[in-house]
Amino acid sequence: MLNIFCPHCGETRSEEEFHAHGQAHIVRPENPAECSDEEWGDYIFFRDNPRGIHHELWVHSGGCRKFFNATRHTVTYEIYETYKIGEKPSVTEASVAAAKASAQGVTA
Amino acid sequence: MSNVNVYQQRPADAKAESPLFHASLHELVGKGPTDAGVTLTEKKLLGHLTLRGDGKDPAFAEAVHSALGMELPGALSVVSHGGASLQWLSPDEWLLIVPSGEELAAEQKLREALAGQHISIINVSGGQTLLELRGKNVREVLMKSTSYDVHPGNFPVGKAVATHFAKAQLVIRHSAEDTWELVIRRSFSDYFWLWLQDASAEYGLSIVE
Repeated sequence: MLNIFCPHCGETRSEEEFHAHGQAHIVRPENPAECSDEEWGDYIFFRDNPRGIHHELWVHSGGCRKFFNATRHTVTYEIYETYKIGEKPSVTEASVAAAKASAQGVTA
Repeated sequence: MSNVNVYQQRPADAKAESPLFHASLHELVGKGPTDAGVTLTEKKLLGHLTLRGDGKDPAFAEAVHSALGMELPGALSVVSHGGASLQWLSPDEWLLIVPSGEELAAEQKLREALAGQHISIINVSGGQTLLELRGKNVREVLMKSTSYDVHPGNFPVGKAVATHFAKAQLVIRHSAEDTWELVIRRSFSDYFWLWLQDASAEYGLSIVE
């Protein structure tokens, strides 16, 4: 059982209260009419499937019923952080890679 | 001026049945053990109103305070004043519960105070009901039923959370030391009633009107 921090309720709740809703930060094209079929198809159907850090949309369906974003590792299932819609993640692929590099630099 | 149709949704001359009408709770009064660890009361046919608005807007909070005499509660808390209570449900949603028959007056008062603001007030009285559990073993019953931590250190009096309970969802409110309130949906009321009977059987359950 995972415990997930809801940024709206401000406390950690059990996993069964939450639902995942796929990839976060998908921007709708400003002018759908001017999109090529490929661009529109990418927006509608195609999602990332990374091995590692993934930013996802979650909803606290059993509690406050609000959506928020979570940064999750798809291999370990570790949830690094949760943040409200509209905020930027502080943990990203780049930040984890940089932290790893500096840690290796220190030990080497 | 708003053109929302505000009207008496439950006329005094209309027959009203609570969601647990079929359980005939009034016939069970006094039939439980005398030293029951759990006492259940259905606070039926109260006025439930869902209030939505911008919780960060001081004008909204001020208007709600002036209309209800209660400060807009912050996350996971419930405040009460007289027979009414106001509970935080989410960052832009609150649940106002008023005594039976006062829902129309409360709604009109709120709409007047909040005139011109981007808000919504919906009467959901018919959609849910309130169960009150009292007694020394209520916390044990809750511990059996929900994964949420109901220890007083985590769940003090005045806290209210929406969470999972058995295989359904509800709102748990800690209203006093040994008193807990469950706000349950109408369609789940029979399920909760059966569950609570089973869960509190070992402590003894008595029904009070």
